[in-house]
Amino acid sequence: MTIKEITRLIDGKVLCCEEKTSTNVEYAFASDLMSDVLTIEKDNMVLITGLANLQAIRTSEMSDIGCIIFARDKKIGEEMIDLAIENKMILVRSPYSIFHISGELYKAGVKSIY
Amino acid sequence: MQFRHKIAGGDFAKAGNAAISVKKVLSQLNINHTIAKKIVIALYEGEVNVVAHAWSGIVDVEIDENQIRILITDKGPGIEDIEQAMKEGYSTASPQVREMGFGAGLGLSNMRKNSDFMNITSIPGEGTVVELINNFRPDAG
Repeated sequence: MTIKEITRLIDGKVLCCEEKTSTNVEYAFASDLMSDVLTIEKDNMVLITGLANLQAIRTSEMSDIGCIIFARDKKIGEEMIDLAIENKMILVRSPYSIFHISGELYKAGVKSIY
Repeated sequence: MQFRHKIAGGDFAKAGNAAISVKKVLSQLNINHTIAKKIVIALYEGEVNVVAHAWSGIVDVEIDENQIRILITDKGPGIEDIEQAMKEGYSTASPQVREMGFGAGLGLSNMRKNSDFMNITSIPGEGTVVELINNFRPDAG
């Protein structure tokens, strides 16, 4: 499933790197705990989180995560967007909860990691 | 190849800078992606630990053709009971650290999981030294 299709499914707004949204993803992981995110070995995944700070971007950079979906219309700072652009990372914001986003993605066939 | 990075305690905005430098170097050296990712994650967790718990720290990195050796040395409160600190779920992190998405007591075990060798020494009230070694070839000792 492409990031573009995922974005449509969750009424999301792409905040940066829109040109990369035709990328396919196979897996998704939802967490606000970055140490948990750092345990994942899969590469082809999106992170769904409510943690709207630089650490979410940094952690994804370390873990080679190419797309982060921020739940509940979290405010995403410019510094976060700049760091994401530097790392060619797509940021998506959705009005829905982590539970709702996870449900939609799961229903659409995106696989869970654990 | 050797290089050094300074870490300021409490400065979350810069946590990860040393790991990013190492990531770039490993990529230039064409180190296997999976092996490089493990090194970067172990170092990042180490940096977060210094930022979260210590007053200041230094990361020394030594790279040769076979392995990378990372020494994270901090000035800080130290660790009273290393065995306990290594247990998953044990944490003394502040609410501020938890707000940053860390402090769940997974850091040290994540570091151990992602390194081929890890050694911690600590003097309470003075600081902690963490040594990490990763081999570049999966079959090397």
